[in-house]
Amino acid sequence: MKVVGKPLAKVDAAAKVTGRAIYADDMLPARTLHCRILRSPHPHARIVSIDTSAARRIPGVVAVITGSDLPVKFGILPVTQDERALEHEKVRYVGDPIAAVAATEEEIAAAACDAIAVEYEVLEPVMSIEAALAIPKDERIQDYGGPNNIHKFVSLEFGDVDGGFARADNVREDVFFFQGNTHLPMEQHSAVATYIDGRVTLWSSTQVVHYVHRALAKVLELPMNRIRVIGAAHGGGFGGKTDPFAHEIIVAKLAMLTGRPVKCTLTREEVFYAHRGRHPVLMWIKTGVTADGRISAMHFRSALDGGAYGSYGVASTFYTGALQTVTYDIPAYRFEGCRVFTNKPPCGPKRGHGTPQPRFALELHLEKLAHDLGLDPVELKRRNFVKPNTRTVNWLRVTSCGLEECTDRVIKASAFHQRKRFFGRGMGFAISSYLSGAGTAIYWNDMPHSEVQIKVDRGGVTAFCGAMDIGQGSDSVLATIVAEELGLQPADIRLVTADTDTTPIDLGSYSSRVTFMAGNAALEAARKMRALLVEAVAAKTGAEASAIDVSEARVGDCSFEEASVLAEARFGTLTTAGSYTPPKIAGPYKGSGVGPSPAYSYSACVVDLDADARTGLIHVNKIWIAHDVGRAINPLLVEGQVEGSVYMGLGEALMEEQVFRKGLHKWPSMLEYKSPTFLDMPEVETFIVETNDPEGPYGAKEAGQGPLLPVPPALCSAVYDALGVWIDEIPVSPEKVTEALRRKEKGEPPRYGPPRFPSIPYPEAIKVQPPPKDFDAAAATI
Amino acid sequence: MKNEITRDVERVVLALDVNGEARQLLVAVHKTLLEVLREDLQLTGTKHGCELGECGTCTVLIDGRPELSCLSLPIQLQGRAITTVEGMASGSELHPLQTAFAELGAAQCGYCTPGILLSARALLEENARPSRDEIREALAGNLCRCTGYTKILQAIELAAERMR
Repeated sequence: MKVVGKPLAKVDAAAKVTGRAIYADDMLPARTLHCRILRSPHPHARIVSIDTSAARRIPGVVAVITGSDLPVKFGILPVTQDERALEHEKVRYVGDPIAAVAATEEEIAAAACDAIAVEYEVLEPVMSIEAALAIPKDERIQDYGGPNNIHKFVSLEFGDVDGGFARADNVREDVFFFQGNTHLPMEQHSAVATYIDGRVTLWSSTQVVHYVHRALAKVLELPMNRIRVIGAAHGGGFGGKTDPFAHEIIVAKLAMLTGRPVKCTLTREEVFYAHRGRHPVLMWIKTGVTADGRISAMHFRSALDGGAYGSYGVASTFYTGALQTVTYDIPAYRFEGCRVFTNKPPCGPKRGHGTPQPRFALELHLEKLAHDLGLDPVELKRRNFVKPNTRTVNWLRVTSCGLEECTDRVIKASAFHQRKRFFGRGMGFAISSYLSGAGTAIYWNDMPHSEVQIKVDRGGVTAFCGAMDIGQGSDSVLATIVAEELGLQPADIRLVTADTDTTPIDLGSYSSRVTFMAGNAALEAARKMRALLVEAVAAKTGAEASAIDVSEARVGDCSFEEASVLAEARFGTLTTAGSYTPPKIAGPYKGSGVGPSPAYSYSACVVDLDADARTGLIHVNKIWIAHDVGRAINPLLVEGQVEGSVYMGLGEALMEEQVFRKGLHKWPSMLEYKSPTFLDMPEVETFIVETNDPEGPYGAKEAGQGPLLPVPPALCSAVYDALGVWIDEIPVSPEKVTEALRRKEKGEPPRYGPPRFPSIPYPEAIKVQPPPKDFDAAAATI
Repeated sequence: MKNEITRDVERVVLALDVNGEARQLLVAVHKTLLEVLREDLQLTGTKHGCELGECGTCTVLIDGRPELSCLSLPIQLQGRAITTVEGMASGSELHPLQTAFAELGAAQCGYCTPGILLSARALLEENARPSRDEIREALAGNLCRCTGYTKILQAIELAAERMR
C-alpha cells in the first residue's frame, strides 16, 4: 500500500487552515435577501390567527410567508411525515416555526417577525416521560400514535427468555437514566437558495444532501430534477444536520416567491431548538447469569422522551434495543421499547444514535452483576464476548470483531488490574460496538447506497460522489482510495462531492456509513479505471497486463499521463463507475431493518479519575481507548475521530444536558450549556486495532461514532471504584455524587439514579425464532 | 426584547488597518467588527458560533492581542491593526501554525480553526516555549467540538518548536 494506511494531511486541510473553505453562511450572492423565522413562545398551543399585515408594511420587507404557503408535511422517515416548515394550526415546542420574512437586511427581517401578531390558545404542555404516559389534560401533542402521548412501541422476543431466566443462578434488575443532550456544532445551521429559470438551488450545512433534496421536492411540489442541493463546507454535524430542516425549505420557497437569493442562518438559540439530539432515555434491564458467569437471558426496556415530532425517533427506539447482542452472546433476549411525544424540541440522531444510552445501562448493569458474583467485571464481560463470524440471537451478522484485542490493549496500557486502590481514585472499564453504516436506507428501495464515477482526461483524475464531508474526512478517504488504485497521491485527485446535479448518489454522512459504502464504490470505480489504463499500456508496449505495475504516477513503462492518453485513444472518453449496495442480511421479522450493518466496529475504554468526596467534583486523569476500525485508511483521521468521540462522550458523561423548566429550554446558549474546554480534556491514549474486515474497503470499518459509547459507563464505573457509589444517571454532576455519598452514609443504597421504571402498556412481544447456530446456514436462509 | 428597524441609523467612515492594508468604508455605527469583516470586507475566514462572546470562534487579533470580533465595535478601533486568518500566511507560504494544523489533523470541520489559529499565534508571539498547560489556559476560550483538542495541542507544540 502506498497511500492507504499513511497519516497524510486531509485533502481539504489547506482550505480549512486559511479560511478559504466556504461554509453556507459565507455565501452572499448579489441581491441576497435575509430571512428570519418567527418561532413559538409557547410549548403547546393552538394557533387561532396570524396577522402579517403590519410586517408586510415595513420598508425593506419583500415577502412574508406562513404555514398556508407551505402546507405539505414532511419528515425524515416515511412513517412519520409530521412536520411542516411553518405551522399554522398548532405549535408543539418553544421554537416551533410559524412565519418567515425575507427582507433586504437581517435586522429588518427580525423586526418584521416581531410585527407579526399571532393569537394562541395555550394548551397544557407535556414535559416528561411520565406525563406523556398519562391521560393528557388538554389534548395530545400529535394526532397519531397512542394511547395518550405514546408515539411508538416495539416489543420483540428472541429465543426462550423465560427459560433462560429459569436456568440462571443469579438474576439482577437495574434502572438507569441517560439525560438528553445536544450536538452543539460550532457552525450554526445555514442555507442559501436561488431560483433561476424555474430551478431551485440550495446550498446548505447539511449532512444529507439527498434527503434534503427529497424533502424539498415533496414540500415545494417540484420534480427532483428541478431542484439542486449542494453541501457547503460543513461546520460540524454529529447527527444534528441529518434531518431536512424548516429553514432549508423556507429559503427555497422565499427564493421562488421573490426571484432573489435568500439566506437563513439560525441564531445560536435557534440551533438549540432545531436540536434532533440525544433522546433522554429511561431504561430497565434484567439479566440472568449462570454460576460460571454466562448470560442466560436478558430483558431490556426503554422509554424515550422524543420531543414534539417524529424525526428519526422510530429508528432511535429500535436502536435502544438492537446492539446489546453485538458485543455479548445473549442466548435469549426480550426488548420492549417506547417513544413518547413531549412539548420539547424533537430528538433524533446524535453520534451513536440511540445506542449510547443502552450501552451505558448495559455496561454498568454487568459491572453490578460482576460485583454480585464476586467476579472481576472485565472477566465477566469477557466470558460473554461475541465471537467473529456469528449471528446474534436477533439475527445480526457479526463478521470481523476485535473485542478481545481492544480489551487487551486498554487493560494492559492502563495497568487496570495493578491499579492502586484508595478512596477518591478510581478506574473503570467498558466496551461497545457500532454500525459501519445502516444496512437499509431510510426509505425502502433496491438502489445502491453509494455511487462513484471517475473521469480521467490527459492525466487529470476527477472523482464524483454524493458523499458529504462533514469534517470527518470522507473526501480524503475517497481521494486516498482512488489514488491508491491509480498509483497517485490523494492530492492528485480532484473531487466533486455532495451536489445532487453533478454527483451520483450517496445517502449522506450518517450511521458511520461513508468510508465503508462510498469507499467500496470508489474502490470498484478505481479498479475499473486502473484496468483500462493497464490494458492500453499493455497493448502499446506488449507487456503482460498482469506484469504492469501501477504506482508512483506510472503505469508500467508509461507515465500516468501517457497511459491516460493511450487509454483515451483506445476506448474513447475515460469514465468508470462503482456502486455499493449493502448485503441483504436483515432477519425475517418486522423491525429487523434497524441494526443490521455490513460490519461492526468495536471499542474498549478505561477511564482513570479522581473524585472528591467533599465537593463531588470529578477530575479525569486519563482515558485509554482502543478501537477496532478494521483497517485505518488514514490513521491520523481515525485517531481524530476516536479522540473527538471520547471528548464528546466525556462531555455527555460529565456536564452536557438539554433540560427544560416551565416549558422553556433552561440554557439555550453556549455559555450555560456546558461543554468541555481545553482545560477539561484529559490526555487520551488511542490504540487503533485492525481486524481487516472481509467486506470493508481494504478491510476498513467505522471510526466516527463507536468510540463515544464506552466513555460514560467507564466513567461511572470509575466513580464507583473511587467512592463506592453508583451514579446511574448521566450526566454525573457533583450534586449527584454528593447525594449518593450522603445516602451511603445514612445506610441507604449507595446510589443516585431513577428510583423505578414506570408501568408502560407494551404490547405482547412478537416472538422470533433465533437463527440457526451455524453461521453459513444462517446466511443462506435469508 | 423587540427588534427595532434600523434603516436610518447613523453611518460613519471607518479607517481600519486589516491584515496590513488600510481600508476605508462607510458602516452603520452599531455594526460589530465580525459583521464588518464578513459582510463589508468579504473576509469570511472569520467565523461565528454564537455572536454573544461565548465560543471564541470569531477571534481575531487587534494590535496582536486575541479579541472576540463579535463583541468589538469597529468605531472604537479606528487606526488599530486587525489580523484575521486571511492575514496569517505570507503570500502563498503558510504560517507554521497553519502547516502544523494541516499536517497533524488539527482541523476537522475547520470552523473553529481560524479563531484557534489566531489565539495560538498571539500566545506563541508572547511565549515561544509554552507548556501544555499554558496552551490550554490561553485557548480555554475557544471551543472545538470535533477534535477533542488533542491534535490542536500537538500542532501548536510542533509549530512552536519549528518557530524557535
